[in-house]
Amino acid sequence: MKLNWSDVTPKADFLNRRSFMTAGAALGASLIGGPSLALSGKASALSTDEKPNSLEEITNYNNFYEFGTGKEDPARNAGSLTTDPWSVEIGGLVDRPGSYSVADLAPENALEERIYRLRCVEAWSMVIPWIGVPLASVLQKVGVQPGAKFVAFETLVRPEEMPGQKRAILDWPYREGLRIDEAMHPLAILATGLYSDPLPNQNGAPIRLVVPWKYGFKSIKSVVRITLTDRRPACTWQDLQPSEYGFYANVNPEVDHPRWSQASERRIGAGLFGGRQETLMFNGYADQVASLYAGMDLAKNY
Amino acid sequence: MAQQLNQYLRRIPVWAVWLAGAIPLGLLLWDIFTGGLGVEPVRDIEHRLGRTALYFLIATLAVTPLLRITRISLMRFRRALGLISFSYAVLHVASWISMEMGFLWAQMLTDVVKRPYLIFGMSAFVLLLALAVTSNDLSIRRMGGAGWRRLHKLVYPAVLLVSMHWIWALKLWEPKPLAILGAILLLLAVRIVIPRPLGLKKPRALQN
Repeated sequence: MKLNWSDVTPKADFLNRRSFMTAGAALGASLIGGPSLALSGKASALSTDEKPNSLEEITNYNNFYEFGTGKEDPARNAGSLTTDPWSVEIGGLVDRPGSYSVADLAPENALEERIYRLRCVEAWSMVIPWIGVPLASVLQKVGVQPGAKFVAFETLVRPEEMPGQKRAILDWPYREGLRIDEAMHPLAILATGLYSDPLPNQNGAPIRLVVPWKYGFKSIKSVVRITLTDRRPACTWQDLQPSEYGFYANVNPEVDHPRWSQASERRIGAGLFGGRQETLMFNGYADQVASLYAGMDLAKNY
Repeated sequence: MAQQLNQYLRRIPVWAVWLAGAIPLGLLLWDIFTGGLGVEPVRDIEHRLGRTALYFLIATLAVTPLLRITRISLMRFRRALGLISFSYAVLHVASWISMEMGFLWAQMLTDVVKRPYLIFGMSAFVLLLALAVTSNDLSIRRMGGAGWRRLHKLVYPAVLLVSMHWIWALKLWEPKPLAILGAILLLLAVRIVIPRPLGLKKPRALQN
């Protein structure tokens, strides 16, 4: 039997075991307000010790063009998205292709907390406490065949629930991709939670990619398809404007976006006169990931 | 009708226009101090100031077409409208320098010469500065009417640059700034298509 989100113990129940006697009442209350499910993940040495942004900031300043191009649009419009049931089709050069549930890919006992810096290509940044599983663990589960060199991802297309998709502002579905060694890197995760809750819709529920050393647009949201392939996959922003959005999209203060400098960034929540901070190579993850790009000209392979 | 309206308009003091022009700033300050701007106020402040500057610039440009088409004259208020627009442009640039860029002068300088949207924006600002400092009776007298009018035709390239500045700053072709560009082009086209108030004949000396 497969477990769904609806089978997970409601947050109200497990948070306070001693109030077991009143759990029935709590369950009733939580059903009225929509079930709230708690998540927790094991702490990870890969987390930054920087202070995370507040849940309010993380969930109210989003680029998720499926729900509109304004930063507040996703918080306003994403409530209508159905995230349960959900399945991710995994195919291509894998041993066990098929349709997987979120619980298959990110079982609760495997969840880790990863507090990561996030750097948007628009030169703002946040620190986000994700909960998820290494992408490598998912790929190993489905069995990567030796010929696979890249991993392609696709976001859901459901215009009736994703109002931004009613206009062809981007070539839906949103697509992204990684080289296989990038995908297998321990920093790359599939996230299903944020703080101690399942991922809010505007942040890419129910399951999304997080690749912290790359600009945010690489970290594709609401994933429904993962395809292992031997050729470099199409990526939405790169197809739209190849001179501005490269396949690698590694955070790099020395390579400017044609329309804005990447040398510094503004931390969301820093206050009106919080100023800017220097952008770090690979978003501060250079020690871990620079070797992936040894010998490559990062000004060309941007 | 137009005559009657013009009579009413004559009774409105110019400072009333300045007062009305301060309303968007008041609303913005209200939102800043009541937390009405959401989790990332810097962008909102900067963008709202910029948009308000452009809207007042468009209002300034609409005075002549309105006169030519309807004979309603807002000419008395045009200087105030232009200066209000420039005031918002100053606040917009100041918010960029202080809040967005955190006074990183070196990065700002390299950005301004490298980034098309900043090149458009800054050129427009310089043009508007030239118009603002000459928006007084003394300048008109010193420069002479014809020279002053020639200088103030710079408002046409300036408004187009502002519009490009907005469109270029975005990652996609968004409908709103494109609609604003359309409105600007329309206002400029009216000047060419209707060179004088509708219904008025060309002056005799200019015929033949």
